[in-house]
Amino acid sequence: MEILMNSAILEPGLTHFLVVSALLFSLGIMAVLSRRNVIMVLMGVELILNSANINLIAFSRFTELSLDGQMIGLFVIIIAAAEAAVALAIVLNVYNRFKTINLDEINLLKG
Amino acid sequence: MELTTILFYLFALVTLGSAVIMVFSKNIVHSAFALMFTLMGVAALYVLLYADFLAATQLLVYVGGILILILFGVMLTSQGYTLNFRTITVNLVPASLISVAAAVLLIFAFLSTDWTISEVAERTDTVYDLGMLLMGDYILPFIAVGVLLLIAIIGAILMSTRLSAENNGAS
Repeated sequence: MEILMNSAILEPGLTHFLVVSALLFSLGIMAVLSRRNVIMVLMGVELILNSANINLIAFSRFTELSLDGQMIGLFVIIIAAAEAAVALAIVLNVYNRFKTINLDEINLLKG
Repeated sequence: MELTTILFYLFALVTLGSAVIMVFSKNIVHSAFALMFTLMGVAALYVLLYADFLAATQLLVYVGGILILILFGVMLTSQGYTLNFRTITVNLVPASLISVAAAVLLIFAFLSTDWTISEVAERTDTVYDLGMLLMGDYILPFIAVGVLLLIAIIGAILMSTRLSAENNGAS
């Protein structure tokens, strides 16, 4: 057990962070696909954006990407903020019009 | 074990555990609070990756901004009382199939690739370098993203005020 605790494979390296981001990404996909509340779908999108950001910053730490990765991550955060503001405004408008935020009941465009 | 190793596993556990709670909780308010812990865990992971400025930005923008927006969205669109905060889950089998497939493929790709790791020098703070980059190489995206934020703010305000004007006209 002591040898296992001190072995190099447990040391957090690049792949550890990548695996965390992959799991976060799949959870985000799960939230986007399986929930029918618009706000839950938005939260899933935030999870996906965060997992992409972990990837960028892990690469900026461990590879030649250096500070450029952190810069791209910064822009991702900014654009996520803009996206959340506009999306919430759209959700409020949808709620005002349809009196529901269940995605299955908002089917006016369905042929 | 070193302290950073323990901290990494602790924060990875916090991030992923509260993400699981967020996705599978039936109550949308619980989901929003679990999302807060996920975002804080991600900020802690940024600190472990020597990205201190990004961690602070993550806390300010996500936890202080987007999460509050989402909570306001939950409150403004709730039908009736807390009981109706419950949300419906559909497509459970195909959604879990796709997400498990995505996780397995991504992890397999990440583990089987031979990354060329270059050990960079430990950074004490990134703020100075990031500022120089923003005013140098990244000046055009910086200005573009500023214009984008302005457009987003104007658009959001326009949509919300039209909403309240319609409400006043109807009543």
